[in-house]
Amino acid sequence: MEGAAAAGAGERHGHGVHRAARRGSDVSIPLFLLLALLTVGAALLVVVHRNPVYSALGLVSTLFLLAVLFIGLDAHLVAVLQIIVYAGAIVVLFLFVIMLLNLQVEQRVAGTPVLAGLATLGGLVLGGFVLDALHRAPVLTLPAVDAGFGGTEPLARRLFTHYLLPFELTSVLLLVAIVGAVVIGKRRGA
Amino acid sequence: MTPEQLLGNAPPSWYLVLSAVLFAIGVVGVLVRRNLIVIFMCVELMLNAVNLSFVAFARAQGVMDGQVIVFFVMAVAAAEAAVGLAIMLQLFRVRETINADEVTTLRW
Repeated sequence: MEGAAAAGAGERHGHGVHRAARRGSDVSIPLFLLLALLTVGAALLVVVHRNPVYSALGLVSTLFLLAVLFIGLDAHLVAVLQIIVYAGAIVVLFLFVIMLLNLQVEQRVAGTPVLAGLATLGGLVLGGFVLDALHRAPVLTLPAVDAGFGGTEPLARRLFTHYLLPFELTSVLLLVAIVGAVVIGKRRGA
Repeated sequence: MTPEQLLGNAPPSWYLVLSAVLFAIGVVGVLVRRNLIVIFMCVELMLNAVNLSFVAFARAQGVMDGQVIVFFVMAVAAAEAAVGLAIMLQLFRVRETINADEVTTLRW
C-alpha cells in the first residue's frame, strides 16, 4: 500500500536528470525497487507480528537490506558498520533480552482498534507530508565522486579533524552508558 | 560489475522516499504496540530511516559529512539500546511485565 505509493512517487521523481560519471546499469531501477519493497516488508513485520522474536528478525532483515542500499550509495564503511554494529550487536542484545524475559506471544498487538486506526492514519499522513515535500523539492542529482568516496580514509579524515570534539564527546557518552547500564542492571540488596 | 554500479542509476530522491516510508512505519509501531521491547525496535527503525536519508544526502552532495553523522547516530543508538534494555530488565524484575499500559509508576 504505502510501498506502492513510494514507488509511484519515485516514478515521478525519476525523470533521469542524473547522469553520474560512473553510469549505473539497466537493472539498477528494478533492483532498487525490489530492495525497497523487501525493506518495507521487513519493517512492517517488525510492527505487525505478535511474537517479539519475529519482530527482531524483521528488524535484522531491515538492517541488512539497508546495508545493501548503503553500498548502492557508495557508503562502504557505513554499510560494514551497519552489519557489525547494528545487525551484529544491537539486535543480538534485543534478542538476548527477549529470550531472557521469556515473553509470551501477545494476544493483541495494539491497545485498541480505535487507537491502532488513528495511529495508522497518522503514519499515513506523516508519510504523505514527507512525500509531498520531496515532490516539491528540487530533484537531486548524482554527482561524480572520486574513487575513495565512502571508504575508511575520507570518513576518518573528516571524523578526526572537523568532527573531533563530537567524537570525543561520544566516547564520554559511551562510558556513561556503560556505567549506567551496570548500575541499573545490578541486583539491589544482593 | 560492482555492487554500487548495480544500484548506480537509482536517484537519491527514491532513497529519500524509502526513508520516509520506513520512518512512518516506525512511528506507527511506536504508537500502536504495547510491548516496550517492540516499541524500542521501532525507535531503531526510525533511526535507520534517518540514517538512510543522511547517506543519500551525502551521496547527492558528494561530501562525507552525512556518513560521519551516521557514525555518531550508530554510537548513540548502541548506548541507548544498552541503557534502555537494562531499564527493561530491571522493570521486569520488579513488575514482571513490560507492557507499556501497565507500567504507570516509577516507584516500587
